[in-house]
Amino acid sequence: MSESMAAQPLLDVRDLRVSFRTRSGTVDAVDGISFTVGRGEVLGIVGESGSGKSVSMLSVLGLIDNPNCVVEGEVIFQGEDLLKLDDKELRRIRGKEIAMVFQDPMTALTPVYTAGWHISEQIRAHEKVSKKAAHARAIQLLDAVGIPNSTDRVNSYPHEFSGGMRQRVVIAMALSCNPSLLIADEPTTALDVTIQAQILELLRDLQSEFGSSIVLITHDMGVVSQMSDRVLVMYGGRLAEAGPRRALMRDPLHPYTWGLMGSIPPTDGTRVERLAAIPGAPINPSDPDRDRCLFSSRCGFASDACRPQPGLVEHVHGHLDACVLPYDQRPALRLEALTTVMTESGASA
Amino acid sequence: MWRFAGKRAIAALLVLFAISVLVFLIFFATPGVDPAARIAGRNASQETLAQVRQSFGLDQPIWVQYGVMMRHLFIDRDLTSFVNRGAEVIPQVQQAIPVTLSLVIGAAVIWVILALVMGVLATAYRGTAIDPIIVVLGVIGVSLPVYWLGEVVNLVTQSRLHDTIFAWVPSLGYVSLSEGFGPWALHLLFPWLTLAVLYAGIYARVLRSEMVGAMNEDYIRMARAKGIGEWRVLLRHALRTSLIVVVSLFGLDFGALIGGAALLTEVVFGLQGIGKLTYDSLQNFDLPVILACVLYAAFFVVLANFIVDLLYAWLDPRVRHV
Repeated sequence: MSESMAAQPLLDVRDLRVSFRTRSGTVDAVDGISFTVGRGEVLGIVGESGSGKSVSMLSVLGLIDNPNCVVEGEVIFQGEDLLKLDDKELRRIRGKEIAMVFQDPMTALTPVYTAGWHISEQIRAHEKVSKKAAHARAIQLLDAVGIPNSTDRVNSYPHEFSGGMRQRVVIAMALSCNPSLLIADEPTTALDVTIQAQILELLRDLQSEFGSSIVLITHDMGVVSQMSDRVLVMYGGRLAEAGPRRALMRDPLHPYTWGLMGSIPPTDGTRVERLAAIPGAPINPSDPDRDRCLFSSRCGFASDACRPQPGLVEHVHGHLDACVLPYDQRPALRLEALTTVMTESGASA
Repeated sequence: MWRFAGKRAIAALLVLFAISVLVFLIFFATPGVDPAARIAGRNASQETLAQVRQSFGLDQPIWVQYGVMMRHLFIDRDLTSFVNRGAEVIPQVQQAIPVTLSLVIGAAVIWVILALVMGVLATAYRGTAIDPIIVVLGVIGVSLPVYWLGEVVNLVTQSRLHDTIFAWVPSLGYVSLSEGFGPWALHLLFPWLTLAVLYAGIYARVLRSEMVGAMNEDYIRMARAKGIGEWRVLLRHALRTSLIVVVSLFGLDFGALIGGAALLTEVVFGLQGIGKLTYDSLQNFDLPVILACVLYAAFFVVLANFIVDLLYAWLDPRVRHV
């Protein structure tokens, strides 16, 4: 029994759908995605803006404050379906079992309260401790996230911290109740590049120290490659590709992933004249023509085979993608995709 | 915080001095305005004018006149009226102050509480029928002119229904607090409500729009993600940050009302307050009384703003270091 519990993933999302009713019809922001997060695992979710990566994680905690939003599917967390819980029961999970870190630390803290107040509020929301004890814990937590002079800084207001320090405060707050899952929604996007690396390192250290699982939402392939054990690539509210980080980074299968990887400037070898870009614009989620590969409108290899919507297929152990291109030809096609971009840029230069 | 308060206090004193000079100049040194001619009356002879000038000290240089006026007002406290010679100004103002203060402070307590309740409820139930109902009630309150509403209230409570439901309503006028809290509050109850109706609606609307805006902020989503209850999110996070705007609005309105803007309410309910005093003194151009009233009003506007500045700094830590 205990073995089967251990084998069970911490978070099991099955066929999650998030749709918004609008005047022009229903828009599927998240269109039936399934994934799991194991205990102690770092899962990276990559995709461009509007691919549904943030919405899917917000819906898991019932944090979408929009009466026109419908969330369907199952989100099993420690044996409970979170989507079936009412707000009061969800509050027991929020902050205590699943904590979130948001993109912009500048606006994530209520400006009129001190760092210590914010952390104490979260501790006291879930545990019966005195104000004094919560304050002492806040100081320890600020220490743990590397804020110097934490006994003084605990009484500082958000505007008295720099962006990176503020994100550390937010992370300290998120970790204050020892959550088993931390959802970090673009935690470094609003920060300087040098600070980004520090925050990622901090997250990694804390993850090994506290043992939390992390879902890391980002549009930055570099962040994913540094941090995660497994990677999901999302496009248009669907999974394009999923797999272990190493396999996915070395042998990406989906043409969309090729595009994402191609847009990273290489740090070694010759300087490329022009970075590969994915042509076109991200899919409009209200586009009614959905029974197809949504990427086909921007894909150089699109054909009639791209409709109806291709399902996710597991090719190698744990490495899935949703593309109809023959598996054994992918490396050659990927090379072709790269060279096409090169010659196109050469022609236009 | 104390440094901040000290700085603001010095600034407030300077503002008061500037206002006293400005008001004095407006009434005594505006070209074409000759206080002596007003006092002496129409078609006065040159001799009478000269005599008036001499007896009221209006033949002295302007800064001497200012100094004399201020000495009479603040040090000797024996400034007398130009119209009723011998009638001292300060006792008149001192008599009017408690009336206006009682009226405005009581009304302010009512309208602030009403506005907080209405604003928070409208925010909490936005998207349901309660929200527009509260907003419309607020608009109706703002749209009712005080003199009309006051007269209707008087008509109902003093005349039409005075023998039945409103038999407990005392006659119009002010009863000092020294005669007991009950009579004082009872005499002021309807003036309070009338004045409060006007402001509660505006304040509720401002608070609601501020709070609805705050509810879309990231820190509200963060607060929800922390697992705290929705009412706590509403009160400790959204309301707390929205109060800053309401407080600055309150400072302006409160200062103006104390300074005499409650005139209409005072007249309708027969209260001899500062507004009424200023109005009467303007009617017969009684310069010392006007000056005393304006300076008194300025004092309270400045004081109210000073308190608002302190409240501001207390509410918003970002202000403290400015």
